[in-house]
Amino acid sequence: MNFKHKFAFLFPGLFVLIGILIFPIGFMIRLSLSSWDTFYPGLDFIGIENYVRLFTDDSRFWESFFRLSFLSVTTVSLQYIIGFSLALMVWRDIIFKRFFRVLFLIPMMTTPVIMTVIWRTFFHESLGPVNDILSIFGIAPPWLTNEHLAKVTIIIVEVWQWTPFMFLLLLAGLLSLPKEPFLAASVDGAGPIRKFIYVTFPLMAPISIGAIIIRLIEASKIMDTVYVLTSGGPGTSTETSSYYIFVKGLREFQFGYSAALSFTYLIIMIISLTIISKLLVKLLIKK
Amino acid sequence: MFVIAPFLWALSTSFKDFNSVTGGAKYIPWLQFEPSLEGWSVLIRSQGKGGVNIIEPYFNSVFVTCSASLLSIIFGTLAAYALSRFTFKAGFIKNNDITFFFISQRIMPPIVLSIPFFLMLGFLGLLDSLLGLILVYMVLLMPIAVWIMVDFFNRVPKEIDETALIDGCNPFEAFFKVVLPNSIPGLIVAGLFCIIFGWIDFFFAFILTFTKVQLLPVAIVALNSSVTPWWSLSASALVSVAPLIIVAFIVERYLSKGNLSGALK
Repeated sequence: MNFKHKFAFLFPGLFVLIGILIFPIGFMIRLSLSSWDTFYPGLDFIGIENYVRLFTDDSRFWESFFRLSFLSVTTVSLQYIIGFSLALMVWRDIIFKRFFRVLFLIPMMTTPVIMTVIWRTFFHESLGPVNDILSIFGIAPPWLTNEHLAKVTIIIVEVWQWTPFMFLLLLAGLLSLPKEPFLAASVDGAGPIRKFIYVTFPLMAPISIGAIIIRLIEASKIMDTVYVLTSGGPGTSTETSSYYIFVKGLREFQFGYSAALSFTYLIIMIISLTIISKLLVKLLIKK
Repeated sequence: MFVIAPFLWALSTSFKDFNSVTGGAKYIPWLQFEPSLEGWSVLIRSQGKGGVNIIEPYFNSVFVTCSASLLSIIFGTLAAYALSRFTFKAGFIKNNDITFFFISQRIMPPIVLSIPFFLMLGFLGLLDSLLGLILVYMVLLMPIAVWIMVDFFNRVPKEIDETALIDGCNPFEAFFKVVLPNSIPGLIVAGLFCIIFGWIDFFFAFILTFTKVQLLPVAIVALNSSVTPWWSLSASALVSVAPLIIVAFIVERYLSKGNLSGALK
């Protein structure tokens, strides 16, 4: 084949991506070394001052970061457990499979923010149906205005939105498994529980890891839900890293500092996701 | 039940009027409250008469999503074809690394890009414009297109293009006349996914536009924070969610054909 042609295929896409991606990142790193804000717009050079401030004098960022880790780990593990058990329940059943697929695609396809708007009315303290049902038992928890309950609400909404994704991935995985190991296990007289522990689960490990990682990546970006549901409040108790950077950068217009924040956030995300995926591979595959 | 509860709630709320909302939670029309069409009629009324501005954002959203998806599909498919058929080597960078580079853009938290995008689009005068949004959405959507299409092309037998080349086509003709018609299912799946991810994005639309150009999700969230009553809020939310539910059923078709199980791996 003529080797000039292959570049003609690849380069338009690659250049567009580099043009609108690498350049912003470079710009962001440069920005993080400046003190650009509303009073002094412009690219001056103040060295690593922003980073010093970030590491020594900004507990709000670290708090929001730990909150983010807590939220994403909880939501993803809940999604994995619910999604996996549902997938296990329906994967042999053709009619149920079809039904659940259609049903579960619906939350996945809806715009998260818009559903969050609806969830907000759903959890409304005096007018929403949740508290209406709970009032039978004589309780009316303040879902959105209590520090801890607000987190629970966010977790519920996230689980609702993304469990279907987990379910569909795991179901696709279950359906692509080979039949022989299951037959062998039945011949050996293994019960359903032992079959699950020794056959299904190990076979599903690679797909599980893939699904968990994809979801962790997405969960680490939680922001829309928080913005609509609680706006980070009450106080700063549901603020995630993304939301904090958003407040600093695009509400208080401290561009330089928030660039430093986002760069640090990006690096932490990449490192921790790499470590988590390595750990998961070790835990689940090397049995 | 847990899955569709919010939808039923929104549906019933959209038919309520003032008294039925403020009087506590009610669920079933006619039995518990008198249904009214107020919430829906507000959608088509003009803003001066107390309507909500939803139609223009709707078309903006459709336009931005479709054009960004189309562009990403074009660039993404070309790149995916190259990555699947030819070998590239530049130092230690090989095909897989380039593919990974494309896909890894999904890992990037949007907030990280938002600040440089905000300043750069402002510099170019593209802030608060449709063109700026399309550019940004291409970054979001191209990874998806490349991801799905590379996988798809890998499963299209190589013999097809080799035959075409022997018959005297140049690589471009071979690609457009022979390979592309054979990959329409893949293109449809990739296109649907781009449309989905473009349609549900809120973040960039929220940050990069203000007043002139509004996209649908932003418009609805704006309703949420203003004093807009719940019934029109619910009605507009349902309207915006509807197209994708239709898309969902189409996707389900392809899912059951097993096209996606490979693409999602």
